[in-house]
Amino acid sequence: MIDLAALSLLEASHGLRAGAFSSVELTRACLERIQRLDAALFAFVFVSPEGALQQARRADQALTRWRKAPSHALSLLTGIPVAVKDVLCVQGMPATAGSRILEGFLPPYTATSVQRLIDAGMVIMGKTNTDEFAMGSSTENSSYGVTHNPWDLSRVPGGSSGGSAAAVAAGLCFAALGSDTGGSIRQPAAFCGITGLKTSYGRVSRYGLIAYGSSLDTVGGLARSAADLLPVYQTIAGHDPLDSTSLSASVPDVNLQTGDLRGLRIGVPREYFIDGMQASVERGVRQAVEAFRSLGASIQDLRLPHTDLALPVYYLIAPAEASANLARYDGVRLGPRRGKGDLLDQFLETRGALFGPEVKRRIMLGTYALSAGYYDAYYGQAQKVRTLIKQDFDDAFRQVDLIACPVTPTTAFGIGQHGDDPLSMYLEDVFTLPANLAGVPGIAFPVGSDDAGLPISMQLMAPSLGEAGLFHAAHAYQSVTAWHKERPAL
Amino acid sequence: MSLTIEEVRHIAQLARLSLTADEEARYQVQLSAILDYAARLRAVDTTAIPPTASVLPLDAPLRPDEVRPSAAGAQILAHAPEATDGMFRIPPVFP
Repeated sequence: MIDLAALSLLEASHGLRAGAFSSVELTRACLERIQRLDAALFAFVFVSPEGALQQARRADQALTRWRKAPSHALSLLTGIPVAVKDVLCVQGMPATAGSRILEGFLPPYTATSVQRLIDAGMVIMGKTNTDEFAMGSSTENSSYGVTHNPWDLSRVPGGSSGGSAAAVAAGLCFAALGSDTGGSIRQPAAFCGITGLKTSYGRVSRYGLIAYGSSLDTVGGLARSAADLLPVYQTIAGHDPLDSTSLSASVPDVNLQTGDLRGLRIGVPREYFIDGMQASVERGVRQAVEAFRSLGASIQDLRLPHTDLALPVYYLIAPAEASANLARYDGVRLGPRRGKGDLLDQFLETRGALFGPEVKRRIMLGTYALSAGYYDAYYGQAQKVRTLIKQDFDDAFRQVDLIACPVTPTTAFGIGQHGDDPLSMYLEDVFTLPANLAGVPGIAFPVGSDDAGLPISMQLMAPSLGEAGLFHAAHAYQSVTAWHKERPAL
Repeated sequence: MSLTIEEVRHIAQLARLSLTADEEARYQVQLSAILDYAARLRAVDTTAIPPTASVLPLDAPLRPDEVRPSAAGAQILAHAPEATDGMFRIPPVFP
């Protein structure tokens, strides 16, 4: 009896199409694992077993029809269980964004990215835990509880898509959707030893994504390999008239090759190898770069001179945008309402009581940076430096096709380790923030493990709309290595 | 510290956030540390550098002005803290 939940997404897909097992069986295998493991992990904030099985039954009907007439196209994703980060709206399921201010909220519509997976026949298992309003790098800022890293339950899975990453790493589902505003897909993918893709800004519709930083937010996916993630990406990407920032460029087919990367130019930026980073992380990334060299890629040194400014730029721009986006949560027309006094009192009490500390910090940072007398010095200056950071990438991509670097300075840290020091937590994001400021895509995947058995990962970045190059390179690496096949002992 | 406690109170008021005295003190320390760190941007020469508001060109695509269905009123009102006769019941702006 094969362990269905241990299959890769593509193996599960082939098995379903061959009739070796059904989507109901596959879904039951995932539900069984969730029941057994999720009390300790808390990857999911909401699971709908009956809803999932109903979707699975519909998928089985579609598969049966397809087997009788296989010339009709049927998505590879049909019948495959997937999880959705709780910042994406799914009609019929709650959406909390990890916040008490959205407690009880049932979205009246489904996010485009999720709808495309539903239309492809995927089985939506439920919603995964997230740092509140996607603000965080550990999922410790969720108002509903902390998610634990499947590799070591005393450690964080990363954030803010920590629930999605933990769910995939623990085999609770075959893929998951997440969002990445400053690293929130890549960093948890790195900490959980799975493959995570931050898409180019505008590549995937943000319709139905609860907004945090609108010029930075992206929707992307997580899975156990680049090959598994590719069909998910291809299904969610592409123009959406409901998102005025979504790009009209078509999504090309990608046929993953193995082996030869001759002609590929990979740049390694020295600014991403800093004092204080974990030695084994640096070693692991450099070894992986050598693997790319053996596959035929040419490796060159690169300068991205404004890299160290990404953190202060991000922590002015993102909070400024967040302060505007979260102004709507006021208890006036929708959601919980607090306060017994006048309108002002109700605003103050509702927001004061129902937002968590990190959200309040970022709202205040943003409010300050945008306020009269400070706008030019803080927000205005940050926007100009953002231009310099983007120019670094534009210049780099004239010389190289991809940029290779670490995802994080360390492997997964302990729950509570950053205590009450927000700035030390922000420093976790130094290698992921630049891609969001420049709007470029990045893929994270495992390349080793440290002495504590924790995953070490690396990141490849490409020019905007260069996801195909990321998939080719990551898949080539995964064709000659086995780090992505490692599973936590649960 | 970059921020005085009065400034913290002022920002909290602007952002419509009620803070306990404990929170005020804690955020004063934390926000000051972050702003001190962010101040390094002032040293960057940005003469003649245009600001980036969005990495994509900001043009607003238009569509024909056609009426389309949107969410049912009852579904939305179900989330109102108070609703009456199909309307949101809200606190008065002027007491």
